[in-house]
Amino acid sequence: MKAVYALYQDGHSAQQAVSRLHAAGVNDRDITIQSAQPMEDFKFGHRDKATWMWWIACGGALIGMSSALGLAWLTEMSWPINVGGLPIFAWWPNLIITFELTMLGAILATVITLVMTARLGRGSDIYDAEVSDGKILVGVVNPSESALAGLEAALTAPAGAQLKKI
Amino acid sequence: MTPSHSQINSDLLRPLLKTSWKFYAIVAVLGAIVVAALLSWFSQMFFGFGISGIRWPIYWAFYVTSFVFWIGISHAGTLISAILRLVDAGWRRPVTRCAEVITVFALMIGALFPIIHLGRPWLAFWLFPYPSERLIWPNFRSPLVWDFFAINTYLTGSVLFLFLPMIPDFAVVRDKSTGLRRRIYTLLALGWRGTPKQWHRLESAMAIMAIAIVPVAVSVHTIVSFDFSMAPVPMWQSTIFGPYFVAGAIFSGIAGLLIAMAVLRRVLHLEQYLHPIHFENLGKLLLVMALLWGYFVFNERLVTYYGNEPSEMAVFWRTQRESFAPLYWTMVIGNFVLPLVLMGIKRFRTITGCVIASFGVVVGMWLERFLIIVPSLGHKYLPYSYGIYRPQPVEIIIAGATFAAMTLLYVLFVKIVPIISIWELKAGDHQPPPDAHPAAEARRLGEQH
Repeated sequence: MKAVYALYQDGHSAQQAVSRLHAAGVNDRDITIQSAQPMEDFKFGHRDKATWMWWIACGGALIGMSSALGLAWLTEMSWPINVGGLPIFAWWPNLIITFELTMLGAILATVITLVMTARLGRGSDIYDAEVSDGKILVGVVNPSESALAGLEAALTAPAGAQLKKI
Repeated sequence: MTPSHSQINSDLLRPLLKTSWKFYAIVAVLGAIVVAALLSWFSQMFFGFGISGIRWPIYWAFYVTSFVFWIGISHAGTLISAILRLVDAGWRRPVTRCAEVITVFALMIGALFPIIHLGRPWLAFWLFPYPSERLIWPNFRSPLVWDFFAINTYLTGSVLFLFLPMIPDFAVVRDKSTGLRRRIYTLLALGWRGTPKQWHRLESAMAIMAIAIVPVAVSVHTIVSFDFSMAPVPMWQSTIFGPYFVAGAIFSGIAGLLIAMAVLRRVLHLEQYLHPIHFENLGKLLLVMALLWGYFVFNERLVTYYGNEPSEMAVFWRTQRESFAPLYWTMVIGNFVLPLVLMGIKRFRTITGCVIASFGVVVGMWLERFLIIVPSLGHKYLPYSYGIYRPQPVEIIIAGATFAAMTLLYVLFVKIVPIISIWELKAGDHQPPPDAHPAAEARRLGEQH
C-alpha cells in the first residue's frame, strides 16, 4: 500500500486525527496534511513555519545592489566624459538604479526561495481533489503493514472521517 | 449568508468553465478597436510623425500623456493590494486580484507608449544598458533610463505578486477541469498540494513582496515625475512633483479599480463576494486622495502665483483662464468637486456613486497629465519656442484604443483565472476552534471589517 489517508470536513476533526496519529507513535514528519486554505487557527497549521526566506531575500537584495553598483561603475568608467569637472561616477543619480535593482534582487530571491522550499513543481505522493472543495486531508505515506490497523483507527476516530487507501 | 466552499468554487470558476456568445462578441468588438490602433501605429511608422500633431516645440503630447496616465492607473493594484495586505485588512480579500491585474496590464500598456513615441520603435533597444560598437553606454543620469529600470522592476514584481497567490487557485481549476484544460492548469499549479509548509512559504513570500513592492511603486511614479521636474521648463521644475505624481497615481488607480469592480460585479454576478462595503471603503480612500490631490494643486498654484515668474505665469494663466481653461476646470470638477460631493456625503457613497465619481477622476487625471505637458511645452521662456498642438486622428485612435486594449486584456484574464482569489476568500471565512488562541481570534474578528 502506498498511503492511507482520511478526509475531514473541518479543522477540529483534522486536528483530532493528527493528535491521535501522534499518540499512535507516528512521527510528525511522516504525517501528510493538505488543505484548501491556510489553517493557522489549528496546531497542525503551524508545522514547518520557520523559514530563512527573509534572510535570503536580504541576500538577494545585496546581490542586486552590488550588480547595480557594478553596472553603473563599469559603464560610467568605460566611457568617462568630463563635464565641467563634475564627477564621472556620481552617487545621487546612480542611487536610483541601485535602489531598483536592490528591490528586484530581493523580489527574485524571494520567489526562487518559495519555489525551492515549498517543493513547487515536485508534487507529492498523496493528493485528493476533494481538498479543493474544502476537505482537509490527513494521511501517512508508505505505512508499515503492522501499523496499519492503528493508523486506520486513529484516522477514523473523528466523526465524519472518510478513509481512503491508495 | 456565507457561501460554502463548493459554492465559492462553483461561482468563481463559472466564467472559466462556461463561455457564452457575449464573451466572443465583446472580444470581437474590443479586438477590432485594438486592430484599428495597431493599423494607425503602423501608418505612423510608414508615413512618419508628420501625420501626427507632434511637432516642434511640442514633442510630448497624447503619447506621453497616455504613458503617464497608464503608469498612474497601474498604482491601483499592486500598491493598494500590498498596503491592504500589510495592514491585514480583511475586506481586501475579494478586491486584491481585481486590483493586481489592473497593475500588470496598465503597466504593459503604459510601457508601450515610449516605444510608440519613438517613431522608430525598432531602435528601442538603445535604452537598454549594453555596450554598443561606438563605446557609448546609456546615460544612467537620464530620467528616461531610470524609467526603464523602475518600470521593469515594478512590472516584474507586479507579475510575480499577481502570479504567486494564483497558484493555489490554479490547483482548484486543475481539480475541477478535464482534458487539455486540466493539463494546462496542472502545469500552472506547479504541483500545488496545500501542505502547511506550502501555505507558510506562500504567505511569507507575499509578505516580503508586499514590503518590497510598496517603495518600488512609489519610486516608479516619482521617477516618472522626474521626466518633467528635472527639465528647465515653466511649471515643471518643482520639488513637489514626486509626491504629487504618486498621490495622483494612487488616486486614478483607485478610480480604475472601482470601475473594474463594479463591472465585474454586474457582469459576472459576484454580488455575494463584492459587497457594497467594499465600494464604500474604497470610496472613502478615493475621497482622501481627492482631498490630497486638491492640496497638492493648491500648493502648486499658490506658490507659482506668489513667485510671479513671467514664463510660469504665462502657463499659469493659459490653464486658468485662457485657451486651456475649459480642460482645466473640467479636470478640477472631475478630480475634486465630483468625488468630494459623491464620496463625502454618505448617502451618495453607493456603488453607482462610486462609479460616477471614478469616471470623473479617470477623465480628470488624464486631463491633468495633458495639462502638465502641453501648455508648458507650448510656452517656454522665449517667444521663438511658442507653439500650439492639435491632436491628429492617429494619436486620438491610439490613445483611445488603449482603453479598449485594457478592457480586452481584462476580459481575457477573467476567462482564464478566477478574478477573486478563491483560497483567500475561504481563508477569511473558516471558523476557528473554540479554544483558538486569543490573538488568532482577535485577528479573525478584525478581518470581518
